[in-house]
Amino acid sequence: MNMKKYTPVFCLIGAAVIFQIITSVLNREFYLTQLTMSAYYCLVILGLTVLMGYAGQISLGHAAFFAMGGYTTAVLTTWNLAAAQEGTLARLVVQLGLSTASTNAYGVEIRHISPWVSLLVALAITVAVAFLIGIPILKLKGHYLAMATLGFGIIVYRIVLGSRIFGEADGISDLPPFRLFGPLYVSGDPALRVQNFYIAAFLVVLAVVLLQNLIDSRMGRALRSIHGSEEAANAMGVNTARYKLHVFVLSAVFACIAGVFLTHFNGGVGPSEADVMKSVTYVAIVAVGGMANLWGALAMGMALNYLSLRGYFGSYDEFVFGGILIVIMLFFPDGLLKKENMRSLTEAAIRMKNKIWKRKNELS
Amino acid sequence: MKQLSRSFGGLRAVDDVSFNVEKNSITAVIGPNGAGKTTLFNLISGALAPDSGEAYIDGRPIHRLPPYRIARHGISRTFQNIKLFPHMTVLENVMIGRHIRSRSGFLSAMLRLPGSRAEEQQIQERSMEILALMGIEGIAGQEAGSLPFGKQRIVEFARALATEPSLLLLDEPAAGLNMYETAQVSELITKIRGRGVTVLVIEHDMSLVMNISDMIVVLSSGKKIAEGLPSDIQKNREVIRVYLGEDNA
Ligand SMILES: Nc1ncnc2c1ncn2[C@@H]1O[C@H](COP(=O)(O)OP(=O)(O)O)[C@@H](O)[C@H]1O
Ligand SMILES: [Mg+2]
Repeated sequence: MNMKKYTPVFCLIGAAVIFQIITSVLNREFYLTQLTMSAYYCLVILGLTVLMGYAGQISLGHAAFFAMGGYTTAVLTTWNLAAAQEGTLARLVVQLGLSTASTNAYGVEIRHISPWVSLLVALAITVAVAFLIGIPILKLKGHYLAMATLGFGIIVYRIVLGSRIFGEADGISDLPPFRLFGPLYVSGDPALRVQNFYIAAFLVVLAVVLLQNLIDSRMGRALRSIHGSEEAANAMGVNTARYKLHVFVLSAVFACIAGVFLTHFNGGVGPSEADVMKSVTYVAIVAVGGMANLWGALAMGMALNYLSLRGYFGSYDEFVFGGILIVIMLFFPDGLLKKENMRSLTEAAIRMKNKIWKRKNELS
Repeated sequence: MKQLSRSFGGLRAVDDVSFNVEKNSITAVIGPNGAGKTTLFNLISGALAPDSGEAYIDGRPIHRLPPYRIARHGISRTFQNIKLFPHMTVLENVMIGRHIRSRSGFLSAMLRLPGSRAEEQQIQERSMEILALMGIEGIAGQEAGSLPFGKQRIVEFARALATEPSLLLLDEPAAGLNMYETAQVSELITKIRGRGVTVLVIEHDMSLVMNISDMIVVLSSGKKIAEGLPSDIQKNREVIRVYLGEDNA
């Protein structure tokens, strides 16, 4: 096995463990809550990085796919099967073994659809929707694609906000925990903070490994070739329309999974998760991360989401991410954290140092 | 090629052009600027759909297929205004050429299954061989977009060759090259013909054309005005008129 390739992955795992130990030792485990949330947002960002940075297709609608995951599991798992026992559908769900029991915040046992089932349903819906809208809109390029995905995002947001079943402006709360297996639960229970942090970290590591493998493969090359010249890629036998669609669906799946897990972790979901501003935030983070840079996107995704969730940006949150996007597009349209930019930065730093040295020598 | 036509608005860029290309031959397409040569290539490679007419390779129709399917039928091309993948290395550009000769998909790539790893190894080795054949293995790791123009043409040539085409379309492969590089390209074209590739080449450099081609097709204003051996074309009145007319205008 190629050890060098996985060195950054081991560093990532190491960093997660160190964070956890430090927060536990300092009795500051509540920091892990925002880190866990950031990690789930990073799943969206990583998928979007492959779509935008490598395949060169923008999406301003990924919050919609996140919301599809979150709302699907919220609607399904908060359906009280015990109360609806008379209904044939509810009885069928129970008889098919698709339900599970948990105790809610008030200590009352409730029977509901298993989150594993709702995860599968959410994935099916997301894949279907991503295919259906992807086929027509991925024919568009540049600004037109941005507009179309934005339109899609707005539609989903309005649906979420205007539907009784999705709780309108209040969203849906009181979700049961998602029992993965054995003693592992995705839930906001403070007693389970550490394991939830590790569950999220595990998913991020898995996502990075899978996507890095994809990028380093024949398929990854084909995606990058689409970014380089769609016409030439086609002439080389790359089915560009198909690959664009597949990577769009893949990134939607990442967003959906993040939505399902984070919604169980938070115990609820609200319309702000489907807001277009969320999509802008994701795009902004991919851009500062260097566009075609999984590790940069991950680092920026953890840092910026964490700061935002801890409230460091206060009421300027939207301003910050909108501003980041504008600055990047003006000055670094190919993304910020790039080798070239780093090089010119170090060069600039060296020049500065030399200048200061010269001054010093002149003065003395 | 049978009666291929394509118009842009009222302009008949390629007008009822028919010709045959012999297997393992070098055929040159010549004609003044705007004659429709590049458009003809776009029709054959599927970049543009013909308004009417048919195209066949080894008896199989290709005129209704999208470009990526045509590529899988063994037709590869270069572009008059070079279209490399600028942010990928020279080696990676050529490795894209191996795309249709390999098959691992999204899932096996993400999981790095043994099959896809072995295939990746093969793609890389084969691509290095092609770079060596073209004499550019020394720049394998350089970013394609940062290379000088002449080198970019060779890389594009290598990328097209990596698909193992049975028919290779070269659109002005020597344009913008110096004499030394032109001679190199000329040598490469004859070399790959020796490996069983059929070549269709658009070129303005007459000495290059006369030297390497077995047959010449002459286009003017979208129409085929002559076809024949280099020696015949040199003597053809119509061709001389079109070319001299251009020069004198
Ligand atoms: N995509 C296009 N749209 C409109 N007109 C075009 C297009 N491509 C080529 N043409 C026109 O068709 C004619 C033939 O062009 P082209 O095939 O590039 O000529 P050549 O390669 O022989 O110089 C020219 O008049 C050109 O302006
Ligand atoms: Mg031309």
